[in-house]
Amino acid sequence: MSKGSSQRIAEALDKFQQEIVDDWIKEQFAATSARRDLMNEARLAEQSREFLATFRTAAQSYNFTDIEATEWSKPRALLGEISRSRAEQGYTPAETATFVFSLKQPLFTIMRRLSGKDYEALAEDVWTITVVLDKLGLYTTEVYQKTREAVIKRQQEELTELSTPVVKLWEGVLLVPLIGTLDSARTGHVMSALLEQIAQTGSAFAILDITGVPSVDTQTAQHLLKTVAATRLMGADCIISGVRPVIAQTIVTLGLTLDVITKSSIADALAEAIKRLGYTIARS
Amino acid sequence: MERIPILRMGEFLLVTIQVDMHDRLALALQEDLTNQIAHSRSHGVLIDISCLDIVDSFTARLLGNMASMARMLDAETVVVGMQPAVAITLVELGITLEGVRTALNPEKGMELLRAALRARSNEDGHAL
Amino acid sequence: MHSEVRDTLSIVTEEDSVRVRQVTREKAVEAGFNLVAQTKFVTAASELARNTLKWGGGGTVRFEAVDASRGRGLRLVFEDHGPGIPDVELALTDGFSTSSGLGMGLGGAKRLVDEFDIESRVGVGTKVSITMWR
Repeated sequence: MSKGSSQRIAEALDKFQQEIVDDWIKEQFAATSARRDLMNEARLAEQSREFLATFRTAAQSYNFTDIEATEWSKPRALLGEISRSRAEQGYTPAETATFVFSLKQPLFTIMRRLSGKDYEALAEDVWTITVVLDKLGLYTTEVYQKTREAVIKRQQEELTELSTPVVKLWEGVLLVPLIGTLDSARTGHVMSALLEQIAQTGSAFAILDITGVPSVDTQTAQHLLKTVAATRLMGADCIISGVRPVIAQTIVTLGLTLDVITKSSIADALAEAIKRLGYTIARS
Repeated sequence: MERIPILRMGEFLLVTIQVDMHDRLALALQEDLTNQIAHSRSHGVLIDISCLDIVDSFTARLLGNMASMARMLDAETVVVGMQPAVAITLVELGITLEGVRTALNPEKGMELLRAALRARSNEDGHAL
Repeated sequence: MHSEVRDTLSIVTEEDSVRVRQVTREKAVEAGFNLVAQTKFVTAASELARNTLKWGGGGTVRFEAVDASRGRGLRLVFEDHGPGIPDVELALTDGFSTSSGLGMGLGGAKRLVDEFDIESRVGVGTKVSITMWR
């Protein structure tokens, strides 16, 4: 008995690939985590076959410890693809990792049969297989995590865009109702959406309504002032409406000056804008 | 040497910056514009920057300087057509072009100039 | 992190500075930046190109595509062999100006980008790199 564990496993994979893959696919179908609602059997069988083929090729390197090595790049790429698609389809991380972990059973079965009561060799083989499959399993979780993060980030961006509408109130007057906390990312979106609309509609006034802004601190005030300054640079003017008493108190207490027209309500702000545009409103 | 053209439109001067200016060209424009204001005795200058896709601190200072020099020569200046992305960038740079009038487009800029000149002649009227 | 040099331009004349702005715009579009990010990055590049020319006596700019865990981005490295900056902290403060009233350059460029790095040695030269992530 001179063969090392790596060599025994590589040879077993080579010789019994078909048997292992059949066993593995059966195993996955039987498992409760098989998401028949999300994936059909043919697709799963295909993925399993494809993965085992690359796994077998990588195993010929006898390297079962370092899955970062180039010989493992193909199985890794395939797993990455599978994890990403599963993360997007709504699988749980456990269900995603099970794809790799469920390969243990069929491999153990084959190695036990080949061991011929050499329990020391069998223990060694089981260990080698466990190490490599655990690493690959963790890799799927990592990819899963990253994909979910990307999905969350994309949703956040969409939410930010949805939450900053720019409304035309009157010919030449735009309204931006600000709701929620104003951080720099939100301010960025508000600013470009507003300025873009100003340019497109040729509006001379923009009303920034802060009724829905819970509180104003130094940073929020600064963000507001940046928006006001950028609007002025383009040649339009801002009116801030919805200044509640508590916000007026905070701003003055903080020692800030909002060098801009402020009004308590949108109605007052609109009346001011209309007046400055040279219109008069009269009851007929 | 290449020059930015300065057009005379009735009582006003119109400068449309259409090329990505290098610094010497920008300084030449400043010189040409002040000479033109004095020569034409114009009281209003319109600088259209709608073609500029960036305005850095040098160009911003140049715009401010041209407005100040024009004022000393008894002319009002309006900068028109700044692109949204340029306005956002300038604010981030901390530049607000204090003392420079702005308008959305040449038409609105012209209105602003006329209004400013009317206000000025009214004041003169009071003084007399 | 992985980076790949995409282009190198020399900055010797004012026309070169204009070219730097144009190439930066092209690369920023290629990198997939939105219009505001493009504008900020090109403006920062313009400030630094002017510094390289005026204070560094000319130099080069290297364009790099960077790939890191936080995503992909674009990096510009401006290098000159000019007199160097004795007090970098001071040069970065707003309103810092030298004889010809160049104030916003360094500090302004820093505010416009995601990452800013400067190394300067008196008598040896200055190296400034700016990075923007997509």
